Amino acid sequence: MNDYKVTIGIEVHAQLKTTTKLFCGCPTSFGEAPNTNVCPICLGLPGVLPSLNKKAVELAIRAALALNCEIHKKSIFARKNYFYPDLPKGYQITQYKSPLATSGKILVEGKEVRIKRVHLEEESAKLIHEKDKSLIDYNRAGIPLIEIVTEPDIDSPEMALAYLKKLQKILEFTQVSDAIMAKGELRCEPNVSVSKEEGKLGTRTEIKNLNSFRAVGRALRSEVKRQIEILERGGIVEQATIHYSEKTGKTRIGRAKEEASDYRYFPEPDLPPLVLEEEWIEEIRKSLEELPEERMERYKNLGVSEEEAKIISGSKKASKLFEETLRILNEPLEISRWLIREYRNFQEPDISAENLANIIKMVLSGKLSRINGSLVFKLMVETGKSPIEIVEERNLIQISDPEALKKVIEEVFKEQPKEFERFKKGEKKLLGFFVGEVMKKTKGRADPKEVSRILSEYEKN
Amino acid sequence: MKTIANYHKEFERGEYTPLELLEECLRNIDPEINAFITVTEELARESLKRSKKGRLRGIPIAVKDNINIKGVPTTCGSGILRGFIPPYSATVIERIESEGGIFIGKTNLDEFGMGSSTERSFYGPTKNPYDLSRVPGGSSGGSAAALASGSAIISLGSDTGGSVRQPASYCGLVGLKPTYGRVSRYGLVAFASSLDQIGIIGRNSEDVGLLLSVIAGYDKRDSTSSTNEVEDYENLEFPQKGIKIGIPEEYFEEIDEEVYNKVMEIKEALEKEGFSFKKVSLPSTDYIISTYQVISYAEASSNLARYDGVRYGLRKEGKDFLETIRKSREEGFLPEVKRRILVGTFVLSSEAIAEYYERADLIRKIITWEFEECFKEVDYLFTPATPTPAFPIGERTDDPIRMHIPDRLTAGANLSGIPAIVAPAGFVGHLPIGYQIMGRHFDEKGLLSLVKLVEKIKPFKGLSYE
Repeated sequence: MNDYKVTIGIEVHAQLKTTTKLFCGCPTSFGEAPNTNVCPICLGLPGVLPSLNKKAVELAIRAALALNCEIHKKSIFARKNYFYPDLPKGYQITQYKSPLATSGKILVEGKEVRIKRVHLEEESAKLIHEKDKSLIDYNRAGIPLIEIVTEPDIDSPEMALAYLKKLQKILEFTQVSDAIMAKGELRCEPNVSVSKEEGKLGTRTEIKNLNSFRAVGRALRSEVKRQIEILERGGIVEQATIHYSEKTGKTRIGRAKEEASDYRYFPEPDLPPLVLEEEWIEEIRKSLEELPEERMERYKNLGVSEEEAKIISGSKKASKLFEETLRILNEPLEISRWLIREYRNFQEPDISAENLANIIKMVLSGKLSRINGSLVFKLMVETGKSPIEIVEERNLIQISDPEALKKVIEEVFKEQPKEFERFKKGEKKLLGFFVGEVMKKTKGRADPKEVSRILSEYEKN
Repeated sequence: MKTIANYHKEFERGEYTPLELLEECLRNIDPEINAFITVTEELARESLKRSKKGRLRGIPIAVKDNINIKGVPTTCGSGILRGFIPPYSATVIERIESEGGIFIGKTNLDEFGMGSSTERSFYGPTKNPYDLSRVPGGSSGGSAAALASGSAIISLGSDTGGSVRQPASYCGLVGLKPTYGRVSRYGLVAFASSLDQIGIIGRNSEDVGLLLSVIAGYDKRDSTSSTNEVEDYENLEFPQKGIKIGIPEEYFEEIDEEVYNKVMEIKEALEKEGFSFKKVSLPSTDYIISTYQVISYAEASSNLARYDGVRYGLRKEGKDFLETIRKSREEGFLPEVKRRILVGTFVLSSEAIAEYYERADLIRKIITWEFEECFKEVDYLFTPATPTPAFPIGERTDDPIRMHIPDRLTAGANLSGIPAIVAPAGFVGHLPIGYQIMGRHFDEKGLLSLVKLVEKIKPFKGLSYE
């Protein structure tokens, strides 16, 4: 079974986070009484015309930029014609030949997934089937969606899940969509094929209506298995629409005829081409925050360890503090260390970059010991005072003067004569013990480096 | 000839009251002519009480029954919309109401505007007031017949391939199809969205100009409406002598001799006034009908898909959705509309789209380009409006090809979006016949001024306003 190559492409529909619908002013709020968020436009009554929601366009551009797509300055809306009771106009307004954006890519677990296209379209209504009748709720009709389509670059169900999770994070992070699967804000239709022959794709099937990550994983695994079993038996995989059952965890083939639809796409005559100003795209590009993963890469390039970079970039607050502190003090490794060990221990308190930089500066310049640095950090969070104030108030300035330190060391030797004898005879591990004793005696103010240096002189004697 | 301005003067002087005018119009409604699908007498009387001021105060206006007036049934001349009452008014209706206009009724039309004779209405054919055995032209035939028979002072129509201009020609009226986008289409039930334009049928250039002033202009609810500034169409002046008028030779082919002579009389009269005419050529004219058919049928097949019996209008229950929609559409639409939906569905299908729809779209661009080239040489194009006067009822109903013949002269303006006006050239026998002037985008004022001049030098006396 292992010699089969799996090829997966995914179509995702994400609901854009707008307050009004794509072509009218009706609210997009969720959970309202049926057919209350409706007007003649989203109901497609005779004579109405669509007016494009600018916010939806902006959000779609944001998403496309975050997916590294090329934004087209001119895109064209099209009508996708088909009859269905949830489709009030008998066609869906979408983008077809000339979409908003194409040719993007994102990294998923180190592998590149190419984004074929990102386009805008309207949602259909919701059908509620009862025993002897079907009801329609048009509240959903006309809600703005983006469709995000990948090239067939995904090679396992696991990678498909990783892609979806990453996509969800991107949409959420850029505030394009809440992308909650359970609410139907993110829906996905993967297509999958398997093949044994190098460089040749098998016949693909498309899996419909998956509404959880769990379902995506299980459906893909089941479908891969189904296809391989067919091929192993010497059979042929038919191009088809596949349905997945949550109950059985299995996929089954839908009606073969379902593929035969002809949507008769043509340019939507009620909407002029969508023409975007370069300035606007740039404005949106500037307003886009760096994605966590890109940020992590940048931190790594500054020399921060992968683990630390991941932790800091994963938190908006921590990464903001990191960047601001870095601007004051060009010590990425130090800042990262402080953020991981102190800042995150205190669960990301509101501290200023300036204060953090000052603690680090004092430590690096030898004015403050690391141990007391930690204390200052703690006091700073507790009292809200500045590190300089705290150091002065508590007299925490580090003792680095060799003569002063020698005095303390001599005192310690006197108090611990046995250990001192062993140390003199060359028991090296006692060096750390004496450093600790000196630190205790000075309440952490002694410069441990200097103490070590002086101690090693005794050892030589 | 009495203009709206004349009526307003009479109202002011107290010689005549808006109520008397309304009563007169209501009295003139002739069931035999069948110009109206719905007479909105009650609404008219109500509005009259409120109509104290405005550029259209007290003026009875007929509205083609594919333009929505809130609370009044819109039928589009179709069975499929039976029982549908729009919960909103078209933008043009709101603008007219705010100027004190009075709506007297919704006028008959070929179903969804598809036809050139107003014979193909679920509500029966409309007859030409000049000759009850003849058609009034279509598809705004109801609006034209209402005026010619004296039951409205001015009317709204819609023009997809000539539907305002052809009936104007057959009924001795002025019919204007403005530039595409000059008037908001919001609330006009779509036939072919990229060609449809709300137009005006009036008794003279001044009235048409006045109504255009009221309804023209950008509407944020129609993304295809233009933000170009609205000119003053109310105070028309005569055109300047220096303008150049083109005679596109292709538009004079296969025209009835008497029609040709009448139209040429107008040309000669204008020449006498010092205007120069020049022969020009529009070689793609022969492709206008087929291009128009492919594009308009394609868009119609999509626009009419919403009539599925689910939400409003006619519903014939079937065992499932598909059967319900099949039965409802089977019963709701007349044969001509079904024919166009079928052809339109075919030309958009994946097997035919390149051969038909995309090719038509290309030829449309060529036709537009040819007009643009012409307008580099001349300021206006002068042509007949129709090749013949009104034809007898029933003559062409079984012959879709012959029914489309008049479109050759008018649909070019729709394909290229330019404005065009038709006005009376006189009579052929007892039947009126019109001439057409086409102009550059947004030059409605120029068209109206030329017609105003012709009205002065070759006055026309129609039925209802001698």
